[in-house]
Amino acid sequence: MANYSTNEFKAGLKIMQDGEPCAIVENEMVKPGKGQAFNRVKIRKLISGKVVEKTFKSGDSVEGADVIDLDLAYLYNDGEFWHFMNNDTFEQLAADEKAVGDATKWLVEQDVCTLTLWNGNPIAVTPPNFVELEITETDPGLKGDTAGTGGKPATLSTGAVVRVPLFVQIGEVIKVDTRSGEYVSRVQK
Amino acid sequence: MMQRSSEWQPSATLDVLTARAALFASIRSFFADRKVLEVDTPLLGHFGVTDPHLSNLRTHLQGQSQSLALQTSPEYAMKRLLAAGSGCIYQLGKVFRNDELSRRHNPEFTMLEWYRVGFTAEQLIDEVDALLQATVQAPPLQQITYQQLFIDVLNVDPLAENAICALQQALGDSPELADWARQEDDLDTLLDGAMALVIEPQLERSVPIAVTHYPASQAALAQLCPADSRVALRFEVFYQGMELANGYQELTDASEQALRFNQDNQRRQQLGKPEQQGDPRLLAALQHGLPDCAGVALGVDRLLMVHLKREQIAEVLPFAIDRA
Repeated sequence: MANYSTNEFKAGLKIMQDGEPCAIVENEMVKPGKGQAFNRVKIRKLISGKVVEKTFKSGDSVEGADVIDLDLAYLYNDGEFWHFMNNDTFEQLAADEKAVGDATKWLVEQDVCTLTLWNGNPIAVTPPNFVELEITETDPGLKGDTAGTGGKPATLSTGAVVRVPLFVQIGEVIKVDTRSGEYVSRVQK
Repeated sequence: MMQRSSEWQPSATLDVLTARAALFASIRSFFADRKVLEVDTPLLGHFGVTDPHLSNLRTHLQGQSQSLALQTSPEYAMKRLLAAGSGCIYQLGKVFRNDELSRRHNPEFTMLEWYRVGFTAEQLIDEVDALLQATVQAPPLQQITYQQLFIDVLNVDPLAENAICALQQALGDSPELADWARQEDDLDTLLDGAMALVIEPQLERSVPIAVTHYPASQAALAQLCPADSRVALRFEVFYQGMELANGYQELTDASEQALRFNQDNQRRQQLGKPEQQGDPRLLAALQHGLPDCAGVALGVDRLLMVHLKREQIAEVLPFAIDRA
């Protein structure tokens, strides 16, 4: 993998740090007028998800990380692996529990997810920003309550639990924002 | 070419540009009151700087093979004027630095540089204090030596024999610095890292602070201190956590100046940077005789940032580099 000099640093660049692939979140040059410049960098570790600060002497090089993002459709879970397919080439990839992580509760068959691969192996799965899921369990709401201020918890077909307005019922399909885990709207079937 | 619709617009608001013009006017009136002559030396020079950590932007005149350097500061030309008998002078104008781009750096920026014949560095610090009070209503400036500052913040004496080891340890304790600091064996790199990454962000923000007596290895164009040759008569002024100005009791000895040019180029070689010819016209001027003087350069865009409490240099420029 290529090395990157600090003057190529920018948000999104993938580099190796502490043996782990990382993405640069923020990069700032700090330089005393007459002195050595430094890069103060915020990086997100792509496996642990931790965000840490690092500094580099400007002009130094760091090893790049062979990390790519692929958009793949979710197929099924065989109990151990989650299987995804490239809709153009029909190539399939399997991600393990560690890579899928919290995304498991937002996986809908045929939905296109982003798989992050390091050296060809999936290390993270990002679901679409919005998914549509059926409500399998929730308290019956009060008749006539259409606005509902507090809302109520509802369990979705994947096991995810979200707060929904009181008027939403079992069997209905709702749209959820996966980034915040919040209810967006009902979906007309 | 299609442009994004906002790119034609100024980076700064018109209110800020009005304040910018007022700041220029108050700087000029400050020096007019003190009978300091305004000069405007060329931005385009036949020679660049040797300073290991500065990089000239270069350009060519049509049909000529030798490049010209956009000046990183008017220092060499102003010293030639001083040697020619100009007396006290100031310049308020643009300078250029390659590779400097951040929320506090624009590759083209406005510098105020002035020289006072017969002044000591101490007297010049007093005048910087007066300028900051007069132009941006700053509270009175405070002073601390470089050595004391390092001892206060890091508990490391930067002038001690074991400074490299002590800095490796002090900086290495911090996880975000450890990777490079633990194995760094160059004292100046450790000192710069400590200053820029640890000390500067912790400096008292509410008053201007002059840090004085920089280590001799960072003398740049300052005289060494006659009473203690471990330090130079160089100072920097910080305000609101930002480096604003850099000043010297100016080196007047031509042979010492030639030696510093050579040291700069040795350092450049170590850093894998191209050698730069030391300006022979500056050396000739020093041989002719530079009067005893003190000089200082101050970043005017940053002064305006401090004055108007702005975090980004682009907010105080008519057009920052991305819109230039």
